[in-house]
Amino acid sequence: MLPFTSRGLQAVALVVAVVALPGVAVARTEISWWHAMTGALGDAVDAQVKQFNESQNDYEIKPVRKGTYPETLTAAIAAYRQKNPPHIVQVFEVGTQTMMLSGAVYPVWELMRDNEIKIDWNDFIKPVVGYYTKDGKLYSMPYNSSTPIFYYNRDAFKKAGLDPEKPPRTWPEVEAYARKIIAAGGAKCGFSTGWPSWTMVENMHATHDQPFASRHNGFDAVDGVELLINREFGQKHIGALAAWQKDNVYSYGGRQGTADPKFVNGDCAMYIQSSAVISGFSKSIKFDWGTGELPHWGAPYKKATSIIGGATLWVLKGKPAAEYKGVARFLEFLAKPEQQMWWHVNTGYLAISNTAVRNLEQGYHFVKNPKQYTAFAQLTGLPPTPPAAMKDAKKTAPPKPERVTTPNSQGLRLGNFVQIRDIIESELENIFGGKKSVKQGLDEAVAKSNALLKEFAATYRP
Amino acid sequence: MKRTVFPNRWLPYLLVLPQMLVTIAFFFWPAGKSLYLSVFKSPPFGGRDVFIGLDNFVALLTDRDYYDSVLNSFVFAAGVTGLSVVGGLLIAVLANQKIRGLAFYRTALLWPYGIAPAVAGIIFLFIFHPAYGILPYFLSFVTTYEFNWLLKGWVAMALVILATSWTHLGYNIAFFLAGLQAIPTSVMEAANVDGAGAVRKFTAIIVPLISPVTFYLVVVNMVFAFFNSFGVIHAVTHGGPGNATEIMVFKLWKDGFVGLNLGSSAAQSVILMAVVIGLTMLQFRFAEKKVTY
Repeated sequence: MLPFTSRGLQAVALVVAVVALPGVAVARTEISWWHAMTGALGDAVDAQVKQFNESQNDYEIKPVRKGTYPETLTAAIAAYRQKNPPHIVQVFEVGTQTMMLSGAVYPVWELMRDNEIKIDWNDFIKPVVGYYTKDGKLYSMPYNSSTPIFYYNRDAFKKAGLDPEKPPRTWPEVEAYARKIIAAGGAKCGFSTGWPSWTMVENMHATHDQPFASRHNGFDAVDGVELLINREFGQKHIGALAAWQKDNVYSYGGRQGTADPKFVNGDCAMYIQSSAVISGFSKSIKFDWGTGELPHWGAPYKKATSIIGGATLWVLKGKPAAEYKGVARFLEFLAKPEQQMWWHVNTGYLAISNTAVRNLEQGYHFVKNPKQYTAFAQLTGLPPTPPAAMKDAKKTAPPKPERVTTPNSQGLRLGNFVQIRDIIESELENIFGGKKSVKQGLDEAVAKSNALLKEFAATYRP
Repeated sequence: MKRTVFPNRWLPYLLVLPQMLVTIAFFFWPAGKSLYLSVFKSPPFGGRDVFIGLDNFVALLTDRDYYDSVLNSFVFAAGVTGLSVVGGLLIAVLANQKIRGLAFYRTALLWPYGIAPAVAGIIFLFIFHPAYGILPYFLSFVTTYEFNWLLKGWVAMALVILATSWTHLGYNIAFFLAGLQAIPTSVMEAANVDGAGAVRKFTAIIVPLISPVTFYLVVVNMVFAFFNSFGVIHAVTHGGPGNATEIMVFKLWKDGFVGLNLGSSAAQSVILMAVVIGLTMLQFRFAEKKVTY
């Protein structure tokens, strides 16, 4: 009888434990966060969330990977329509206008105000915060931000007798270097590009202080916005790329990151891609490589700062009011300089508060990792080489900005932007493939995009 | 055919009920929902559905890009159906001969069908990619022509047709093998006695006798090419270069799930459904007359 009783007791104990366990968990409010970070980036998300969850006892962030950016957004939309949205969803920068006008969003500034949390947004780098600000108010929490920069193969430069410490800074230099490198057998092609619309159209217009779209790139209004990429500058730049494509100075490698292998395996000596691939490239590239700022066409165009890409965290409406306190606490956590630094060092995305950047400088981070400085310099307009260190920098004058920040370089706010990017990239392919002339292709891209912009405005017209 | 008469009035309805429920839940309900969505304009997050009648259809039917995608679909479907049915038949005839290791070959030939289209796409990507593919590397030794499907539309189309046909080949082979086994040996023996060669036997006996199988496969392959080929396109070309490989089902997905234009996407799916139903009906009307059962 005795063993039986003891087993019974065990059973009772087990039942008590099982019943009590959720009781402990219930004390912590669960906050769901849908994101699109894969691989090492996904691990970084998990690690950061773990830090937050362990730092307090009231809330537990549950990160869920929902696939690519578009898939994550679609999933969140479906969930919202079913009245069961996640608290937080990560949305890429091109979805900004859609989110702002959706009516489904709890703006970050409002969330912080309602929960009496003060964050000094002025401490954040302007080109980043500005992309997501409307009427001086921040709508979403900047999370992973990057900007396109220039990558080059130092070994190929040496082989062609070029200075491996001096990347080209103008497009004519890029062309001349490419021809030298190809002639010297340093590489098969001069340069390639990732994210063609973002790097070659959006950012080229921004860094040359040229409008990408009317109405202040869409920042001022939803109605009457039209693309302006088929004007003199757009034709000049895309025309040059199309001409270079013929003799391998430029080698088109597809959309998004599909051209990465061209640079990584040494086929192309130079490459323009997001600053976020630095850490990936550090692991996969076997040769000596460096980074530089985006090339420029020179006068008469102004040299302006570049625009960002990446994603922000949007808070969705439709959850019990009390749970939003946890969301606010988590966003406050992410805004802390030490979290900004941690995220930058572990992912390669930008640290976006000035305090975080200063702390990184004091820790000689940029001196040790000059590649990580390029994007920061380009976004803020500073010279592309890092200041030696804060201690030494005090003796010398602070670096003078080389780039201006203008209304054209603040960012882009277009409805249906995902499709517009797709249209632009389709037409670029038609141009580079010789199916259409530069003017034909760009005119077509503008006409099609304008129709989409009009449709978008009609959908949201009150 | 014998007609079954049920003693109870309700029993037959009860018996077909499960099938009807499944059909309603997985076909009529979603199709009805598409039909409903196709006459509305709604912002992605919902809230303000505006009835716009046939505007979504009008917008599509006046859009040159949409006609391009229809044309692409027909080229693609014709290519895939032609290649995988003819290829499947030829391989099945070869695999129907008495050779050593027959069982292994027959099994192995079915493997590609077990590979998901998206995975097949990735495999082809690794073989054919201009930047890191193995085939362009070898081709560069024999020809200076660049088969760069990132920029050349026809190469891209040929590539996705090839990849899709490959994934569907195993299915066709299985059906053709079954059809070939069903051909009475007496007929083949008679042909042998009459001194018919392999080609003659193939054209005069095999092709007519397996025409029901061929007919079935043409219909199924075509429907497959229109509906089910999304994975390969998505993995390999993403509809590019330009819109050269943007077939209807891909455009539908892109406009709906990336572009968040649900109304247009729903309208496209209604049109796609009509096209496929129409094509299948046409085939049953005209092609089936030539089939001998």
